[in-house]
Amino acid sequence: MIWLEYAIMQRALIACIFAGFLMGLIGVFVVRMRLSAIGYSMSHGAFAGAALGVATATNPLVTGVVFASATAFLIGPIADKARLHADTITSIVFPLNMALAFIFLTLAPQVGLSSQVANVLWGSIISMTSSDLVYLVSLFAATLAIIYFVWKELFAIMFNRKLAEADGINTRPFIYLIIFLAGVVITFSLKLVGGLLIYALLFNPASTVLQFSENMRKVIVYSPLVGMTTTVAGLFISVLFNFPAGSSIVIVSTIFFAVALILSPKRRRKEV
Amino acid sequence: MREDEIIKLKDVSTVYEGESRPAVKDVNLALKRNELVYIVGPNASGKTTLLETINGLLPPFKGNVSVFGLDVQSNGQKVRCRIGYVPQDFMVKPGEPYKALDVVLMGRYGHIGFLHHPEEKDKKSALDAMKLIGIEELADRPMGKLSGGQQQKVMLARALAKNPKILLLDEPFSNMDPDSRGQIPNLITKLHKEKDLTTLIVTHDIHHMLESCNRVIVVSKGRITFDGAPEKALSIVEDHPHTTSLEASHH
Repeated sequence: MIWLEYAIMQRALIACIFAGFLMGLIGVFVVRMRLSAIGYSMSHGAFAGAALGVATATNPLVTGVVFASATAFLIGPIADKARLHADTITSIVFPLNMALAFIFLTLAPQVGLSSQVANVLWGSIISMTSSDLVYLVSLFAATLAIIYFVWKELFAIMFNRKLAEADGINTRPFIYLIIFLAGVVITFSLKLVGGLLIYALLFNPASTVLQFSENMRKVIVYSPLVGMTTTVAGLFISVLFNFPAGSSIVIVSTIFFAVALILSPKRRRKEV
Repeated sequence: MREDEIIKLKDVSTVYEGESRPAVKDVNLALKRNELVYIVGPNASGKTTLLETINGLLPPFKGNVSVFGLDVQSNGQKVRCRIGYVPQDFMVKPGEPYKALDVVLMGRYGHIGFLHHPEEKDKKSALDAMKLIGIEELADRPMGKLSGGQQQKVMLARALAKNPKILLLDEPFSNMDPDSRGQIPNLITKLHKEKDLTTLIVTHDIHHMLESCNRVIVVSKGRITFDGAPEKALSIVEDHPHTTSLEASHH
């Protein structure tokens, strides 16, 4: 594997390991807390934000985080207060974020459909810089620490939010915490697969592992490992066949899910 | 509020968001320490809403709810840590990744405190509650593989694991087999007496009332239409074969 001798590819591999792990980890909470619609909207919010960054020559990471967080903090309370169905909110916010993203991209005609724009749309793992990696590793450490300390509350909310409330847990701050963490993790992983495909990386690992395990502690360990494996395998395939890295990662992760669906003992039991 | 009144509702109405008709209307109710009260009434009469208004899961549209002398809306977490609640028809889907012991242990979480993890003593309390209900052998089984009755017992153990002062039980025996329907209510009676628990049980079936029941409340169309001695409630039911007749006879 001569390609691994290049620093650019070493950075790509490290990014795949950490971002894949984080997306797989946060995905468990997003899926189990039924925040999928919000996650979906946020991933496109991050995309719109990154597009604004490209248009205004600002760091797309910063604008991505701002947009993803703003989307989350708008949607979360609105969904809570207005008792709107998550699908309704997603149906409104998703096209809005896409529309904003394309307006931002056309605001910078000098950028046009340059590689910068393509990076935001489809990801560009080889454009990972050393500082991107430092951010990613710091985010990795911070996320693990936060989840360790509030695991008890998250565990109860994932089981049933109403019962968690009935046991004396104020669930709202913890849900907002996960929404915020998801927004940040999505933005920092945007270079992996781009704004259009990042959603798959958040949901596929957790959905894959949930096909097998009846123990949440195992799910929380295996989902990040599956996330990490899919991103690394996707990277290898992209190098091997000269495919775009983002697309390769998403296809591998979808295959993982499809295989899990077929092999799932839960489904086999159901048929008996 | 009198010292021995542990639950007090004053002119309480609860309206679900998006609805105009209150699910519970102008309810005044006071429960003393160590009372065992049955709440009966037809479907959609407001029984569950009343329980969830008491423990603060549903905010009252008007009026005031106080439990342990504290306003439930501003002290919700503090109050709910000491209330054991078993919801109606709670069923975990097959394949859900939670073991029964995990679910019972969650009942302790309100006591453990923010940023702390369950300790051995919490696990022991959870296991003791499971033993009390007679389901310790289910501790490591996934919730989704348990029958409806077993799941109901797990929820009861969860409510007891927090060492509550009040028990709110919403149709707690509905999915249990005939043996358990005999044993578990007796256990509730025993706990009620030994642990000085104030207990509210929502049910359709007034005929299987516990011997230690002090009081029956009938709810109909969101209002309390009967509040009195169990003997009186039963004598009315004998004249009128359906529980719902209680409301008619007292209007």
